[in-house]
Amino acid sequence: MPIHEKSLIRPENLVTHEHLEIEGVDVSGHWSTFITSRAVTDYNEQMEEEIGALPGGEFIHRCWQCGSCTNACPVNAINPDFNPRYWIYLIRMGFEDELLRDKDIIWQCVSCNKCTYACPRDVIPEGVMKATAHWLELKGHTEKKPSMTFDEIFSEQVFATGKIEDGLVLRQFFARTKQSLFQDWLIALVRGLAMRLPVGLLMKLGLATLFRPRTRGWGAAGAAIEEYVAERKAADRRSLGLDVQGAE
Amino acid sequence: MSGKYQKVAYYPGCSLEGTGHAYNRSTKELGKALGLDVVELKNWNCCGAMEVKNIDPKLQTYLSSRNLSIADDMGFDTVMVPCNGCYHNLKKAEYDLANDAGSREVVDRLSSKAGHKTYEAGNVETIHALDWIKEAIGEEGLRARVKNSLKGLKIANYYGCMYTRPRHIFPEKDKGPGSESTSKPHFMDDLLAAAGAENVDYPLKTACCGGAHTLSDSDTSTKLVLNLLTTAEACGADVIATECPTCHTGLEMHQVRAEKVLGKKTTVKILYFTQLLGMAIGLSARKVGVHENLSESAGFLRARGLG
Repeated sequence: MPIHEKSLIRPENLVTHEHLEIEGVDVSGHWSTFITSRAVTDYNEQMEEEIGALPGGEFIHRCWQCGSCTNACPVNAINPDFNPRYWIYLIRMGFEDELLRDKDIIWQCVSCNKCTYACPRDVIPEGVMKATAHWLELKGHTEKKPSMTFDEIFSEQVFATGKIEDGLVLRQFFARTKQSLFQDWLIALVRGLAMRLPVGLLMKLGLATLFRPRTRGWGAAGAAIEEYVAERKAADRRSLGLDVQGAE
Repeated sequence: MSGKYQKVAYYPGCSLEGTGHAYNRSTKELGKALGLDVVELKNWNCCGAMEVKNIDPKLQTYLSSRNLSIADDMGFDTVMVPCNGCYHNLKKAEYDLANDAGSREVVDRLSSKAGHKTYEAGNVETIHALDWIKEAIGEEGLRARVKNSLKGLKIANYYGCMYTRPRHIFPEKDKGPGSESTSKPHFMDDLLAAAGAENVDYPLKTACCGGAHTLSDSDTSTKLVLNLLTTAEACGADVIATECPTCHTGLEMHQVRAEKVLGKKTTVKILYFTQLLGMAIGLSARKVGVHENLSESAGFLRARGLG
């Protein structure tokens, strides 16, 4: 498979001699450009199995590298380094170092499912992106990414009350990621809204932040969910050979 | 008009009680004005959204299934959902429960611990608010009720991701004439055209607004939204019609953010399709919650003789 070879022609892997003569022929400059040879010795043979064991990664083995996913991807259109086809290839081949070059952008998948729609092999690439981002974090290759923080805040509210209050999710997210709520675009939005809204509705929205919306009789469901999530977390860590006690 | 969906269970979901307030109001007012009966699910819970799915997909299936089980208990065979995210998740739960033993096992276990009946796949049909109006009233029925035609209003219809993808959870779509298409959806176009609007040929009907990361990766979302807005304007649209609270508020937020952060100003208006249909059949802009949108479009609508 030729895809990996693009890494061989990165500038750092090219050598050009300013003055070079081979068997009497002057090949100075561009004429002497070589690709440095590389023997891959750092295969991670567990990587495909580990990512395949996490939720979403189940069907990675089906991929036959047609590239429909990357072709359909809106994040790839913004950043050409965001390349699901390539990452699936690297994971299946075990090229961990090469995958780690992109460790800080894989979480940026927007879950639009264009890839899943286009995939002729039902790989569900969207799930593979989530599983890969999750794997990178569990293995300690990356810190917790903002989207994971967001998912956690959101889920904690659902587990606790059965519902979310979106204003509270927003405030907690900004607080936990240490961002100011006073972004000029946010201020402009709130100011515009406050000018138009009737007092009654503003009161209602304000009260929602004091009395959080909740599902009546949620207690038993919430407890069952918490128990299930703890079990799943332990199972995910076990499947990667990590210490189960190390969760959280 | 087929007589179908005259009385349905209603699942608003969390967004419609928060930022998507105007969508909730306009959906209910539209139903009332059209003589349709809408009964809210009792004690519903969050569908799990994208966020719980990312923590554990089967847990999200359970959360959605609990709502389906409530509809079943209340004696309904149809639940109508305006939010694309909720609609998608209820559909996904339905699919997973019918096709995946692992999901059934988790849902069974959590349902019994939570003390309610496990939802049985096939008992309740989940429909989108678009299916509801299209089936219960239809284009002919709508045309007959139009008081303020949307004539002259150029609209780009924006359906987003979750209404059509992934295809396998929407078995009723792509069934030829009369059914919805997952590649070129048209239900919203059909309804707004019946209300007199001039739909523009918008190529980004099912493109992504970056809603999943609207706060956690704002720069990506702003770029995706700006593309949606500028393309709508290039197609000659005055309005982008929406059918999802996440897309809708995403477009509104990032329209402001694109101006403040990237210096790119766009003026296209963003309105829920239920607001547009409501005004077409004679409801006031206030009644359908135009003033509750994050973006301002009351002046624009007044100038067009609407609201």
